[in-house]
Amino acid sequence: MTPAIELIHIDKRFGAVHANKDVSLSIGQGSIHGIIGENGAGKSTLMSILFGFYAADSGEIKVRGAPVKIKSSSDAIAHGIGMVHQHFMLVDPFTVLENVVLGVEGGALIGPALTKARSELKRLAEEYEMDVDPDAVVGELPVGLQQRVEILKALYKGAEVLILDEPTGVLTPDEADHLFRILGTLRDQGKTVILITHKLREIMAITDHVSVMRRGEVVANFETKDTSVEELAEAMVGRSVLLHVEKGKASPGEVVLDVKNVTWRDRKNIARVDNVSFTVRKGEIVGIAGVSGNGQSELLDCIAGITKPASGEIVFEGKSIGQLGDPRHLRQEGLAHVPEDRQHRGLITAFDASESAILGWQFEDELGKGFRLDRDAVIANCRKEMQDFDVRPADPLLRSGKFSGGNQQKIILAREMSSNPDLLIVGQPTRGVDIGAIEFIHKRLIALRDQGKAILLVSVELDEIRSLSDRIIVMFAGRIMGERDANATERDIGLLMAGVQKDAA
Amino acid sequence: MSKRGDLPTWVDVGLIPLLNLLLALAAASVVFLLINENPIECLGIMIKGAVGSLKGWSYLLYYATNFIFTGLCVAVAFHAGLFNIGGEGQAYFAGLGAAIVGLNLEFLPWPIVIPLSIIASVLFGAFWGLVPGYLQAKRGSHIVITTIMFNFIASSLMVYLINYWFRPIGKMAVESREVTGAYILSFREIARQFFDYKYPASPLNLTVFLAFFVAWAVWYFLWRTKLGYEIRAVGLNSDAAVYAGIKPQRIIMIAMAVSGGLAGLVAVNEVLGAQHRLLLEYVQGAGFVGIAVALMGRNHPIGIVLAAMLFGLLYQGGTELSFAKQHINRDMVVVIQGLIILFMGALENAFRPYLTALFFKADD
Repeated sequence: MTPAIELIHIDKRFGAVHANKDVSLSIGQGSIHGIIGENGAGKSTLMSILFGFYAADSGEIKVRGAPVKIKSSSDAIAHGIGMVHQHFMLVDPFTVLENVVLGVEGGALIGPALTKARSELKRLAEEYEMDVDPDAVVGELPVGLQQRVEILKALYKGAEVLILDEPTGVLTPDEADHLFRILGTLRDQGKTVILITHKLREIMAITDHVSVMRRGEVVANFETKDTSVEELAEAMVGRSVLLHVEKGKASPGEVVLDVKNVTWRDRKNIARVDNVSFTVRKGEIVGIAGVSGNGQSELLDCIAGITKPASGEIVFEGKSIGQLGDPRHLRQEGLAHVPEDRQHRGLITAFDASESAILGWQFEDELGKGFRLDRDAVIANCRKEMQDFDVRPADPLLRSGKFSGGNQQKIILAREMSSNPDLLIVGQPTRGVDIGAIEFIHKRLIALRDQGKAILLVSVELDEIRSLSDRIIVMFAGRIMGERDANATERDIGLLMAGVQKDAA
Repeated sequence: MSKRGDLPTWVDVGLIPLLNLLLALAAASVVFLLINENPIECLGIMIKGAVGSLKGWSYLLYYATNFIFTGLCVAVAFHAGLFNIGGEGQAYFAGLGAAIVGLNLEFLPWPIVIPLSIIASVLFGAFWGLVPGYLQAKRGSHIVITTIMFNFIASSLMVYLINYWFRPIGKMAVESREVTGAYILSFREIARQFFDYKYPASPLNLTVFLAFFVAWAVWYFLWRTKLGYEIRAVGLNSDAAVYAGIKPQRIIMIAMAVSGGLAGLVAVNEVLGAQHRLLLEYVQGAGFVGIAVALMGRNHPIGIVLAAMLFGLLYQGGTELSFAKQHINRDMVVVIQGLIILFMGALENAFRPYLTALFFKADD
């Protein structure tokens, strides 16, 4: 059978970065093909070339055996290739129907297109088990359904090949399972699915074939049934890695952070953090598990002093955070904060690394007396942190945005940890970070704990929470659903994450 | 992945502006041809008029002085993420400060009056920038809208004040009386008094050195002080700035005050240096030219100084051209300036993709 997609000797450079080196890949029709690799391995670049966002410097693309030129995403769609992006490309205030016809309105009047889409959508929904209310406003749908709208959008445009870029990052385990069922149905109906992910378990769960990318090259191709998580991980990083974190028993000391009945309301007066109470003590890691968007971000912001809770009190080392005031004073008191979204908050991508490496600490006297900012001191500070955390390339003058995700994260962690904090709050420390860096970051967090520091960890990666935390708190819809110790089963926590309380049983 | 950083610096700040400038001149040539003038000849007159004589250079630098101040004004606001269209009004209003001090403290010796009037100019300009800054920070009123409105308010207010406060009784022209005390010496006077040399007549005065110094000071402020760091952080990513404990509202107000203060220095060049009195509409569009200067100078003081001199050349060359050619008046010069702004600013990226492609082909 002719493969659905063939990529032949694809080569792509961005300046000095060789993003794709002579990549050849063949994707069989009616299969689910996984592509895994560390961040910066070139997965996304490759898919962007296939979907027409970038042009390859050289190489050839064949769709169902015929060579094609894909210059734009509309070319890709015309060849039956659809893409579901990591960050959805949806117009929030539009209805599902309006989103689906976006780009294929087919005339000056929208009416006929909507009528056609409505019946087509109904057919697709039945065929693929993808129920969505066509008249629902997309912005009000949960992320799982929004993703379904993205898939429907691609199918509506006639996609035979569907590319999904890190699709489960925003989903609950249940939603992810449902997505996998949908993908299975799609495959059974003859569609081809390309799944980009860095989660090995997903690869094992649903793919038929898997290609591993490393440093711009495809280093291995496997039949999923013939491989194992360990083998894949080894192929990804080029050596065996420790997926399990080695750590000793915690010896918690006095309470550093005491969160008492904190409630935070958004502009619509909805309580996004609802009467939350917990403590974090010296020498322990407390993990907050939960699907993203269940109030963890808002809670972190309250603790970091970025927003003020509507009610309740947060006490840090005996002082109320309300009295301490803003993030700057909290930092001076010994609270360090690794924000959840590094690109958006943790650093300023247009700044060079040395400038990003002082973000939040720019007031310190070591960086220049009084109003001055001593450039030499700033660079020296960055050099030292880069060495400590093995940031590559170790160039303080390189723009922050040019570092890979893992190295950006290391810059931020280095900055926050080198302040020798009493409490470190960490949001998604390894989101979008490659395995090698994850291992490094986890070890650093454990080491900090063993120095007797308090760590509050928020992560949507259940594995991460379970392997790092000494105590686990699960949040759902702004509330704490329960607390478990580190030995809790994945199923137990997964249920809490989905809002099911089984304590009563 | 941004393409900008991928090109070598000399291409980014040298070759691309040069190509855009040539393109603008080519388009201007078409306009000259349309009115039956020889573009080469016209261009020759302009360049010769601006840089072919000491007088030309003096005028060029005099104009550039104003443009450096207004260009820096736009740049500082820009680094805080604000588009300050109000340089014109801030410079105009600052004339009030210069005139109040210059006219009322005439009895004091120059080492006191001159610094005081400079400070007053800066403070008045800063105030006129701070109010829109406050409205943006605390009320969310968009800075573009408010600064434009403040230009009109300044304009009307100054007409009233000059007419009813400053205009001496019996004087027909709407302007203040002349400063009889200290003012900033022109090059011509310095040459005559201290070197016994006959320097051609021009409004060029010592403020030009202030302009170069202030350009350096703005660079230092933005890239070598903690406040400058915070301003740039807010401009590039206000969420990250909030995370870092920076208060964007405070930074917006500070940046707008600094920005307005820089525009206010135009009053030093004009009221204290060139005119020695407060004239109606004395800013003459320098505030708006500052936007183009900042755009062309990439909001960096070095670029701004160079761009200000280019616009100084256009102003002076254009004036000479309108003397030499009867078909060409000052409006024609405005057309050329417009083309340059279009090609250097709005179409700044026209060549970039091709050059990027070219460079990476050459690399392989």
